[in-house]
Amino acid sequence: MFDVNEIRKDFPMLQNKKMQNHPLVYLDNAATTFKPQSVIDAVTSYYYNTSCNIHRGDYDLSYQISSEYEQGRKTVARFLNASEKEIVFTAGASASLNLVAYGYGLSHLHEGDVVLSCEAEHASSILPWFRVAEKTGAKVEYIPLTSTGEMTVENFKKALHDRVKVVAVTAVSNVLGYKNPIKEITRIAHEHGAVVVCDGAQAVPHMKVDVKDLDVDFLAFSSHKCCGPTGVGVLYGKYDFLCETDPTLLGGGSNARFDMCGNILLKNPPFKFEAGTPAIEAVLGLKAALEYLETIGMDHIESYEAELKRYAISKLSALDHLVVYNSNAETGIITFNAKGVFAQDAASYLNSQGIAVRAGNHCAKILNEVLGTSETVRASLYFYNTFDDVDRFVEAAKNITIENCVGLFF
Amino acid sequence: MSNYFDDPMILRQIIMDHYEYPRNHELKKQEGYTEVHMASESCIDDIYVEAKIVDGIIEDTGFEGTACTIATASTSIMSDLIKGKSTSEAMQIINNYLSMIDEKEYDEDMLDELIAFKTVSKQANRIKCATIGIKGFVQLIEESEKNHE
Repeated sequence: MFDVNEIRKDFPMLQNKKMQNHPLVYLDNAATTFKPQSVIDAVTSYYYNTSCNIHRGDYDLSYQISSEYEQGRKTVARFLNASEKEIVFTAGASASLNLVAYGYGLSHLHEGDVVLSCEAEHASSILPWFRVAEKTGAKVEYIPLTSTGEMTVENFKKALHDRVKVVAVTAVSNVLGYKNPIKEITRIAHEHGAVVVCDGAQAVPHMKVDVKDLDVDFLAFSSHKCCGPTGVGVLYGKYDFLCETDPTLLGGGSNARFDMCGNILLKNPPFKFEAGTPAIEAVLGLKAALEYLETIGMDHIESYEAELKRYAISKLSALDHLVVYNSNAETGIITFNAKGVFAQDAASYLNSQGIAVRAGNHCAKILNEVLGTSETVRASLYFYNTFDDVDRFVEAAKNITIENCVGLFF
Repeated sequence: MSNYFDDPMILRQIIMDHYEYPRNHELKKQEGYTEVHMASESCIDDIYVEAKIVDGIIEDTGFEGTACTIATASTSIMSDLIKGKSTSEAMQIINNYLSMIDEKEYDEDMLDELIAFKTVSKQANRIKCATIGIKGFVQLIEESEKNHE
């Protein structure tokens, strides 16, 4: 049974924390998430009990930690329904997406080729492709969004053409929280011979993501957005694609042999990408985090967050001074503004009431065509948020006025 | 004078007035004007600040962009206050203002409506907002002095 009150007991950050003398309501989960005790224990246990490096240590402690580290890879593989040799540990989703762009895109794109992306894409999903396009003579084009900011299969088909070699799209928009039709997009992209690179940063923490079912060629996500430690993330790639991807880092651990003439024999994927000592404790923490999510069940998490989101929207839409931009998005991302109040002022006011949200600005197109503004406030839910949290947020949101925002300073 | 500026209601009104009706809120982009783009790394303020400085006198000022109440109002008030002043007078005002924001000693009499920001440091994350436009003016003044040398 999904019992949010029981779940909350697992999180030290959800025990009587205060901000500005109010009990903390944490609604910045799209930025990062809190960690359950089991994750914290996995991290500290490494330093207390093992503290050795992985691979090639000819002693028991190193052998033991090497196998625990590889168990982490197995856990990620199970979580995504992949095979473990398709799981590369990176520094985070941004590092994963950069690895695909530089490691695969740079050697596979040619002048006149097109990378098809979307106007609401996160910087980490699009900026590496700008740079790779510049170097290869390829072009970045965009799937137009609907008037509500959604990506549709129909619009994707319109934007697709024979020069499109890479489709770089997010599974869930970090700005508007819409679930994109990745499975259908991937099927069509493959029919046209395009490779699909999916940013799973806002999807993997919140719903079942099955890479075999979606059939995407690459998928990236970050540990810290799904209850795991910062500093580690994952790149999933179909094995053949990983074989065709060049490592962007070379060094210890990624090569099998080298000689002084500069000949390098790289290891096979995923190891050829993991030069240097990785964030061992973070991988162990990520393993614990995914196990934790599995015990709760991704289906439960997804449906509870959707229920919480609908509840929040029903309350917020009754407030005339607010504009909510994504009422219909099913995930727990709520993007809004108070009329006439700059987003950062509104976020600061909510801070004064103990509520953590984020003000952000978005790249030019989506804002003008869809939002009509360049700055918005984003409140983002996770499965440990409660209906009480939403009520506290709504109560505070009622009072977002310029007078109250300026009043903070006196 | 100092009593008037001790009333939080008045100070609040000053900020709101300059936020809703910012002064010098346009960029002339004409000959003799220099411009600097100020985009904060720590928040979402993103503004352009402009000045026309001739022989050490700030003849005109302007700014534009998207910014919060604190950034907009502080830049607006400062743009009025330093207009017509010499660059050294302007720098005195600005340094006084920055001292106030840093909770150091300052001369209240020089700051006029900028006094409204004396408690901005209560919200530590907003100090950048209260100084972003002002630092833009500092850059323009320093640039003009460099060119003059």
